[in-house]
Amino acid sequence: MNFPRREFLKAGGALIVGFNLSEALFGQSHLDPVSRPPVPGPPDAKMVDTWLAIHADNTATIFIGFAELGQGNSTALLQVAAEELDMDMSRLKTVRLDTSITPNQGGTYSSASIQRGGPQVRTAAAEARLALLQMASKKLDAPIEGLTVSNGVVSAGNGKSVTYGELTGDRPLHIPFTGKAPLKPFTQYKVVGTGVPRNDIPDKVAGKYVYMQHVRVPDMLHVRVVRPRGQRAYGAGAKVVSIDESSIRGIPGARVLRRNDFIGVAAENEWDAVHAARQLKVTWETPPALPGNRGMHDAMRASKTTDRVVLEKGNAAAAMVGAAHVVSQSYRGPYQMHGPFGPNCAIADVKPDSALVICSTQDVYGTRTGIARILGLAVDKVRVQYYEGSGTYGHSCYDDVAQSAAILSQLAGKPVRLQFMRWDEHGWDNYGPAHVGEIRAAVDAAGRIVAYEYDGWQHNWSLVETAEQLALNRAPAAWPGAAAQGVSANHLGGIYYVPNLRLINHQVPGGDWFKGGWLRSPLDLSLAFASEQTIDELARLSGIDSYEFRRRNIVNERWLGVLDAAAKASNWKPRVAGSNISKSRIVTGRGIGLGTHLASYGGAVAEIEVNRETGQVVAKHMYGAIDAGLAVNPAFIENQIGGQLVQTASRMFKEEVTFNETGVTSLDWNSYPILRFDECPEVTAVVVQRLDQRSSGAGEEVMAAAAGAIANAFFDATGVRMREYPLTPKRVLAALRG
Amino acid sequence: MAAEITIKVNERSWKVAASADTPLLYVLANELHLQGPRFGCGLAQCGSCSVLVNGVETRSCVTPVAAVRGKSVTTLEGLPAWYAARQKLSVTPALHPVQQAMIDEQAVQCGYCYNGMIVKASELLAKNPRPTDAEIRTAMKGHLCRCGTYPRVIKAIRRASKAMSGGAA
Ligand code: FES
Ligand code: FES
Repeated sequence: MNFPRREFLKAGGALIVGFNLSEALFGQSHLDPVSRPPVPGPPDAKMVDTWLAIHADNTATIFIGFAELGQGNSTALLQVAAEELDMDMSRLKTVRLDTSITPNQGGTYSSASIQRGGPQVRTAAAEARLALLQMASKKLDAPIEGLTVSNGVVSAGNGKSVTYGELTGDRPLHIPFTGKAPLKPFTQYKVVGTGVPRNDIPDKVAGKYVYMQHVRVPDMLHVRVVRPRGQRAYGAGAKVVSIDESSIRGIPGARVLRRNDFIGVAAENEWDAVHAARQLKVTWETPPALPGNRGMHDAMRASKTTDRVVLEKGNAAAAMVGAAHVVSQSYRGPYQMHGPFGPNCAIADVKPDSALVICSTQDVYGTRTGIARILGLAVDKVRVQYYEGSGTYGHSCYDDVAQSAAILSQLAGKPVRLQFMRWDEHGWDNYGPAHVGEIRAAVDAAGRIVAYEYDGWQHNWSLVETAEQLALNRAPAAWPGAAAQGVSANHLGGIYYVPNLRLINHQVPGGDWFKGGWLRSPLDLSLAFASEQTIDELARLSGIDSYEFRRRNIVNERWLGVLDAAAKASNWKPRVAGSNISKSRIVTGRGIGLGTHLASYGGAVAEIEVNRETGQVVAKHMYGAIDAGLAVNPAFIENQIGGQLVQTASRMFKEEVTFNETGVTSLDWNSYPILRFDECPEVTAVVVQRLDQRSSGAGEEVMAAAAGAIANAFFDATGVRMREYPLTPKRVLAALRG
Repeated sequence: MAAEITIKVNERSWKVAASADTPLLYVLANELHLQGPRFGCGLAQCGSCSVLVNGVETRSCVTPVAAVRGKSVTTLEGLPAWYAARQKLSVTPALHPVQQAMIDEQAVQCGYCYNGMIVKASELLAKNPRPTDAEIRTAMKGHLCRCGTYPRVIKAIRRASKAMSGGAA
């Protein structure tokens, strides 16, 4: 399976390069070729062969059910396997996710690939190792206790040795996954805990890595979706009044594909498809009016909500009475988008009795279920294959694009490639929901927090994708369960010891607002923006340095660890926040914050600069510390921390989905600006290694801390508390003027 | 209407059938099957599709294919050879020093933006072999990275600059 271009390059000279799609097959990368025949998935998780295969040449393939999203987990999980198998990394490879090949480990969510996937891969590898040792013991005629393994070679005390590959000779192990094989004690780790370089980077910088956007299949059409530019309220969807098909008559081979309100165009040539999508005249029904950005938070706050007590202990209201200092404030956070750098893309080949869909989902099995439902096929007749796209940071349009491609392929009766345009991705994303937080907290005369109350308003994530909503007239629905959609006890009350606590979640009806989804560290930036500023305010009122105040109130060792690490990295000197405000045009400040998403611990310090005349705020240096238990590859976590700090700066200073009465108006990088090189902070990352603790996520856990640190730094610089982010020049100038 | 157009990409001539207004990006991706330049916005806002046209960084997503007739287009894939020719090296290295530096710094996350990062940084270092940090930031500011890898890109450019001027990396 070669790209035709290789031949052309060899041949050189002037050549006609036409479409010869029979040669332009699936792209390949270091993940291919797949080393076993496909089955209707998922393969049986209770068999060790599902997880790994030992080959005759003494190499091994590890079948991993997590997506490589640029965080390095495809390398890190191999480290875990290499460690237990006692094989060098160079002998191991992995394959791409595929419902017919790889096990179902659940989606790549919540930064959990190492947390959930590590133990499974580790146990399977240990089980295989034990079986291999038993085989070796027979073969070498030596007791198992005396065998040693080095890089896949088993040696006995009698001088004889045999390789794993010789023992199996490419045959499956045929042993059950019992979970009972002994694991290597962490004190003997040689590969886990070290900074092995990422295996995907060389191809990525050379232009050899095959991203989803590069994949082509024979005989395919290029398709595009046609929707209003910018989504309307989720409940309103988009209703077609009329389509003027003659508007694209001049475009060669272009045609309209339609199922109810779902509209697409197809053409053989990609540019023709792009053209047709732009040119097709569709009249859409006028949707019910939205309040626009200015009225949004008040309208959410005033809506009829479903309320839930998230956590209650002691009596917060009573404890406020007579406390030394009480702080009571309201904070607001915007809708923000995933905005993957390359918009989502999918290929679908739907036949009457089966379907193949190739896309960049975080969860091949979850995506398969949705596609089967939409196509009316049994789940095991649908195969979903993963190709990495650009970073997704949560539930961007990957399901929408995959479902849309499947619908369009079914309509066209041919394989199709659907590339979302920038305005499709920006305009129809599942945004991280906006938030209103009201907080009251009190401290005693000794600087100890005595009471804390938080009320939070936001809507849930949306369950039905736009493709399904428009094509099948499916009613919009809210995502059930998932605590991460609402006020989280992980932040509020989880970090500091608070004897009297009351957390209330107010779920706003989602149909009146935009589609929601989990966006890296869901809701946490908004929660920390409110909570960590309040903690700082309590510190200031108590006349105590912000770092010292947190130390006094911290709930456990591990939180203390990241707090100390961040403070130390930044060379923190004790001083009460806002006690050193200069009168100059450009003022500087520093702030500290703590936060998490689910299981890990994040601490951060931000040093910022505020221009009082222009309202421009920039982070000069950010420090982030994460304790994610056993750090399988600390170097990857360092890179992740750097990315999180920069992305947090972007989200705190710039990012805000805008909309008018009709719908979303953030449709490109001008109308939804993100941080650029010239505004980028220096970053310092600290990984707090805990070899004896279970691994937990590290892909999002320092963002909340960093958001709090930035907000606190702003106060330190100006003496003014920001109640709403992003801290755009306009908002900052308004706040500074009071 | 599709017509035959001859373009020069990575030092080879290609005859392609495309309407004159087709953006160069679609020709490079669909007809030449190159994987360096890639779709990001189609609006000249992000740098995902960058190529060098006569050595100048250019957004191929908004450049009509007809506009590069008679010019020399270099993509990510052709950078090592382009570099070797400029430096008069007898052997073309496997990677441009900027590519190598991106590996050495383990700068990449998803890596989708690295086509543009590497193309732009190569242009910068060809014009200004020893840029200051401020010059790097200014030169690169038209290139977005959603994963937030800017700090490591800056380090990698510094490293490549050293390597190219013969200093230890
Ligand atoms: S794709 Fe050309 S600049 Fe974004
Ligand atoms: S590395 Fe992902 S967009 Fe830059």
